[in-house]
Amino acid sequence: MKPFTYERATSPADAAAKAASIPGARFIAGGTNLLDLMKLQIETPAHLIDLNGLGLDKIEDTPDGGLRIGALVRNTDLAADMRVRRHYGVLSRALVAGASGQLRNVATTAGNLLQRTRCPYFYDPNQPCNKRQPGSGCSAIGGVSRQLGIVGTSEACIATHPSDMAVAMRVLDATVETVRPGGAFRAIPIADLHRLPGDTPHVETTLEQGELITAVTLPKPVGGVQLYHKVRDRASYAFALVSVAAIMQPGDTNGIAWGRVALGGVAPKPWRVEAAEAHMKQGAKAVTAGLLADARPTADNRFKIKLAERTLAAVLTEARG
Amino acid sequence: MRHHGNADVSRRGLLLGAAASAALTATPRHGQAMPADGDAPPAPHPGPAPVMNPVMNRVSLTVNGTAQTLEVDTRTTLLDALREHLHLTGTKKGCDHGQCGACTVIVDGRRINSCLTLAIMHEGGSVTTVEGLGTPARLHPMQAAFVKHDGYQCGYCTPGQICSAVAVLDEIKAGIPSHVTASLTDAPQPTHAEMRERMSGNICRCGAYSNILDAMTDVAGQRTAGQQNGRDPA
Repeated sequence: MKPFTYERATSPADAAAKAASIPGARFIAGGTNLLDLMKLQIETPAHLIDLNGLGLDKIEDTPDGGLRIGALVRNTDLAADMRVRRHYGVLSRALVAGASGQLRNVATTAGNLLQRTRCPYFYDPNQPCNKRQPGSGCSAIGGVSRQLGIVGTSEACIATHPSDMAVAMRVLDATVETVRPGGAFRAIPIADLHRLPGDTPHVETTLEQGELITAVTLPKPVGGVQLYHKVRDRASYAFALVSVAAIMQPGDTNGIAWGRVALGGVAPKPWRVEAAEAHMKQGAKAVTAGLLADARPTADNRFKIKLAERTLAAVLTEARG
Repeated sequence: MRHHGNADVSRRGLLLGAAASAALTATPRHGQAMPADGDAPPAPHPGPAPVMNPVMNRVSLTVNGTAQTLEVDTRTTLLDALREHLHLTGTKKGCDHGQCGACTVIVDGRRINSCLTLAIMHEGGSVTTVEGLGTPARLHPMQAAFVKHDGYQCGYCTPGQICSAVAVLDEIKAGIPSHVTASLTDAPQPTHAEMRERMSGNICRCGAYSNILDAMTDVAGQRTAGQQNGRDPA
């Protein structure tokens, strides 16, 4: 790690203002991803602003019947909250499918959204990577890309967003609340938080410098059967090859009245195409065709298209009961 | 209270002063403020890191019931503070990236990877390492069960396995669900499937997993029996 100065934040607005004005400043919450990258000198902050004392660790009911999840709520606490388990089951399921027990005890809600890709070329400072060193090239294209993205990618980057939680948040239509360095608040639909790589893959979100996530809100429960299916190389503690977060309302002659679905492990952000959900009654093949119509897989990860379809088929079968 | 550190006040002041001046003269690493609509924003972290001298900070925390005050480089992980400053070498450094679990300790009642957290983030915190669970003369029930069931071979991962195992049984008791819990609204039970899933953050290259599972099952059974008798041996 490179040396850095350290302070404990006194308020969200103060933290945002300082992060925007102090050169090289970064927030630290759980730190499980940031410190990992700092040890490899992929992240080299000159100043850390510790958010752990801000009291952003509460889960509260909202006036419209939803939930407001503080940015610093730990993954374990969010997964274990009985309101989440009862009404937002896809979120609990996605959380416990991710990482290890030790990491979930520390990792935070906002930190999970902002974690960086696990692309092996991003993690290897000896390899060119446009995300780590803009303009240096993408080693993954033409390299070993079995784990990497098939849709939403670009000529500059085919990395995936590694989160499970974010995929569930996407299907739940979550909103990200922030405070900006000037003290103003804003609400960002989860769909608009992460950017596609285009020719600037190092710019991963629409947050401005210093902008601090304070909470994630969920709308009131929509019911349905909520499932998270994750396909990976190990039974536990591995990133998804493909995951499916789904909310399905059983009923109707074909078994499904309506459904929402988002994919993980295939794109630089949680991947949802609302128009594809209109085909839910026609089955997994039709929905996947809509979701992955623009897919540009590599020879190594072409299998993810079929795997996504089959995983969704399994989800539909389970939802029909 | 014990005080540890290799810097007297003047040395600390010198280091802090040097660090502060380095920070002030450092080249800004961030572009100008990004437009709110997010169109073609500048890079969030372009350019080289500023050159800076080590920065020292003080942290007070409780380790195995003893209050400690440390003077540490800000970069010091909790793992390195335990091993290099407090000489509690029971906690092991394996991968140093949160992948193997050898560094698992219990902080404020929860198991964490001590390699992926900074010591200075634990001001006022309470840390339990394998040395704090039990002693050779008075083993913690989980330590005794690992001995009885041969839950190790080389032993390097064992302190992390034991800290994790103790916390896993607490997590099941607290009703925290896991990936293999059948119903999200029912209380999870200490089954083999639950324990295997929850222990996936602790790697054992000798492959002692089945014996570790036997040890945990033994302690979970003791707990159930103890609760029925009105006591909790774990």
